[in-house]
Amino acid sequence: MSRLIIPVDQRDHAIGPSDAPITLVEYGDYECPYCGEAYPIIKQVQRLMGDQLRFVFRNFPIAELHPHAVRAAEFAEAAAGSGKFWQAHDLLYENQTALGDADLMAYGAKLGLASSALAEAFNGRFDDALRADFIGGVRSGVNGTPSLFINGLRYDGRRDVRDLVDALSLATRDVSFVPATNHDRF
Amino acid sequence: MPNARLCTPLPAGTPAPAFSLSATPDQRVSLESLRGRPVILAFYPADWSPVCGDQMALYNQILPEFHRSANAQLIGISVDGVWCHAAFAAARNLHFPLLADFEPKGAVARSYGAYREEDGLCERALFVIDRAGIIRWSYLSPLGINPGADGIIEALDGLEAQQTSEAVGQ
Repeated sequence: MSRLIIPVDQRDHAIGPSDAPITLVEYGDYECPYCGEAYPIIKQVQRLMGDQLRFVFRNFPIAELHPHAVRAAEFAEAAAGSGKFWQAHDLLYENQTALGDADLMAYGAKLGLASSALAEAFNGRFDDALRADFIGGVRSGVNGTPSLFINGLRYDGRRDVRDLVDALSLATRDVSFVPATNHDRF
Repeated sequence: MPNARLCTPLPAGTPAPAFSLSATPDQRVSLESLRGRPVILAFYPADWSPVCGDQMALYNQILPEFHRSANAQLIGISVDGVWCHAAFAAARNLHFPLLADFEPKGAVARSYGAYREEDGLCERALFVIDRAGIIRWSYLSPLGINPGADGIIEALDGLEAQQTSEAVGQ
């Protein structure tokens, strides 16, 4: 079973208590439709799990398929510099069909980000950080986007609220489990 | 899964069976022609199904890492025909060859222990073959699960380590 090889640390974008018993890590792409589908589901899972859950987002842009994914990731990293990573993350997933440069500049203005910070981001300021996320993801067994890891183990089950909450709840009880897999499609 | 026959991919240490398959309507690729660099063979069930699409798109994105580790060549193989592969590769912007194990159907997959007789499809099976044509790692993934690339990268790292130690030993 694939395991997260890069432990969650203070460099990560995390929301929820740092001592929460469960950590859910997503490797995601802002332009990926499956990540877009998962976005409201994870929001609901976060509400249901409350303080039990810490959620971490790492970048895994599939640039060959999604031409705006890297810039969108750079935008969110720039926002993180102003303490607005999660606002940016949410804004991007709520506007997945409008991720062109002009759109990103408009979102930047909305969040009050300096245009110089965005320009730096788009000029490669976060290249190393994005690459580190990508390579760490590949070596951890990221198998498409979104890839989810629950307390370090890749979750191959269905991405619906009920199955995710079940899997996360089992993780709190420290019970080893074999996630249900999606055998009905190949 | 009912009636699923156990399929065993050729294990590490086995010489990789030779093949020559069409990559495009007028181009063939043989294993022999790739001798001298490690080869990653990724058998997969079908071009357009969602998980395969994701697996091939993922590997396409990781291609620079495969090249960086050991200068490995990635090859995708399914029973789809060359025109199907061409359309799929264009739609996904793929930068590696997809080979058609089309006629006789699945013959190469069978020779690697990576064919599902009951469905007439390739298994989702991975092989890492070293520079001398020996299989160094193989993995059979459940059909519905995209196996990712961590196992491939680890196997390539192993090849590099082996080559370094051989070079030091000489």
